[in-house]
Amino acid sequence: MNVAFFFEVLIGGLLAGVMYSLVALGFVLIYKASGVFNFAQGAMVFLAALTFVSIMKMGINFWLALAVTLGVMVAFGIGIEKIVLRPLVNQPPITLFMATIGLAFVLEGLSQLVWGSQPHGLELGIPDVPMQWLSQKWNINVSQFELFAAGVAGAMVAALALFFQYTRIGRALRAVADDHQAALAVGIPLKNIWAIVWAVAGFVALVAGLMWGARNGVQYALTFIALKALPVLILGGFESVPGAIIGGLIIGASEKLAEVYIGPMVGGGIESWFAYVIALLFLLVRPQGLFGEKIIDRV
Amino acid sequence: MLYREAGQFKATYAQDQQIFPIRQDRIAFALLLAAAFVVVPLIANQYWLSAILTPFLILSLATLGLNILTGYAGQLSLGTAAFMAVGAFMAYNFVLRMPWLGVIPSFILAGLCAAAVGIVFGLPSLRIKGFYLAVATLACQFFVLWAIQRIGWITNYSASGVITAQKIEIFAYAFDTPVRKYLLTLAIVAVMALLAKNLMRSETGRAFMAVRDMDVAASVIGIPMMKTKLLAFAISSFYCGMAGALYAYTYLGTVEPEAFTLDLSFRILFMVIIGGVGSILGSFLGAAFITLLPIFLSVLFGGISHATGMEISHAVVSNLELIIFGGLIIFFLIVEPQGLARLWQIAKEKLRLWPFPH
Repeated sequence: MNVAFFFEVLIGGLLAGVMYSLVALGFVLIYKASGVFNFAQGAMVFLAALTFVSIMKMGINFWLALAVTLGVMVAFGIGIEKIVLRPLVNQPPITLFMATIGLAFVLEGLSQLVWGSQPHGLELGIPDVPMQWLSQKWNINVSQFELFAAGVAGAMVAALALFFQYTRIGRALRAVADDHQAALAVGIPLKNIWAIVWAVAGFVALVAGLMWGARNGVQYALTFIALKALPVLILGGFESVPGAIIGGLIIGASEKLAEVYIGPMVGGGIESWFAYVIALLFLLVRPQGLFGEKIIDRV
Repeated sequence: MLYREAGQFKATYAQDQQIFPIRQDRIAFALLLAAAFVVVPLIANQYWLSAILTPFLILSLATLGLNILTGYAGQLSLGTAAFMAVGAFMAYNFVLRMPWLGVIPSFILAGLCAAAVGIVFGLPSLRIKGFYLAVATLACQFFVLWAIQRIGWITNYSASGVITAQKIEIFAYAFDTPVRKYLLTLAIVAVMALLAKNLMRSETGRAFMAVRDMDVAASVIGIPMMKTKLLAFAISSFYCGMAGALYAYTYLGTVEPEAFTLDLSFRILFMVIIGGVGSILGSFLGAAFITLLPIFLSVLFGGISHATGMEISHAVVSNLELIIFGGLIIFFLIVEPQGLARLWQIAKEKLRLWPFPH
């Protein structure tokens, strides 16, 4: 086995895994704070990327477009909380899950209705070329863009961790995640908190949308990356931000390695399900994912 | 006054176990069956039979299957379309390779194959629960479709993975017109719905519900967890497999693996939710609603563009449909989270009191 090639595949996989984590983060945020399994996260990523690209196409500069899109996503987050979630308080989780599937349809339809459904390219100014010194010294090709994406994801996780740990709102979020009623009892405004969580998830979706859009183009297929993020999610545990990152790394690396080394044996195309099988095998050992909260059953 | 139980006493065990203890219900149901079997074939045109009613019945059967698993046994699954695919493609193989078997036994064997696949992918349910399980069943969805596309034997080595369902012939009687296909589908669906109804009223069904409501408590009172959960997966996938076989043979005719994508799984899950979780009637109501909604919307948009003279482009219509579809699902969940079956129950309670307010 060629060692340099192995490492190239491994690093490529790890970096791709970070991209998955970016999407998974949005899921985790909302699940952590409200117990809602938000299937619409993929649609939100699509909406954010499409909005951003379309605004850019109007000739508005990058930062302004970013700000406008962020505004749109925050508005959507708050609107979703008001219109969809608030009337569904106290419903079983499956009902909320179904509502988010409906929401995904609405968001997909709406964004294509407003911005049109033709695919766009997105240029962030980071070339998707191998790092020079790495390929010269070790003969390993690692894309500059993917390194950048990994850096962004890392920065975002750090920022979120700090936000959760040290700000007043972050603490309130953690309190709500722990126990809705106790949080209400000490005077945390539940509704505002949920609106904030959805707004933050909108922000995460924006970043994920930019990264994925720059990599694969902004098109309808972006909505399917939510499906890529799900194995990451169950592997890492629904409630854990670090879990999303570690899960992403494991899934990304093993998926790429399997594609290269096992794929040819069974006829290729295994990436559509291999991540799920890995996640399943992990689940059989740890049913709550790697970092999920242990569920204690009582009658 | 028209609809009441008063005066209808149960004097024997047989009466106690009737599905419809109220006489008016029995009459109404007999009329409904008669309408479905006799009146509809007489008055419905080809389009209605082959493009609306037959798929509605088939999807009802699949919804019933998922409802047994999700509504009665409480195991959330997103792999329904995969089980249907197993049924469709295995039915094709049984008819192709064992033509002496006959079509109906082939369908049943195909359903049993789907049940076997269901048991395999139901195994994780012994360890994991809730959304973790739902995501795990996605593995089944992707894996089964991949396997069908990769393993040449399943599609009889057809280059594109597309199969053409053979003609249906039972005792030399060909089911080749839309009316006959509709009747065949209706007969199978009716029998299987009756089986499901009785199964859910039996010990098995009660065990399912106990597991759904609180699995720890269920195992404490002596319900074998493994057997019950796997049985739920097996029965549910059997129904889905039968539905898949019918989908291929009486509706699509030419089947590609892409007919059974995640979208179909979601649609069936919607039917369960909108119809009513844990209700046989709800499965049919939900399937009817979701099947008819897009048709209604396209007729509506056609009418609007005709009336106003405005040309609405196809892309706009399909996006609007998406929005309305999603919006309606959210609306339904907010207004009546227990589904259409609950509305029917409320109507019955009101009828019982009518015309007196108390």
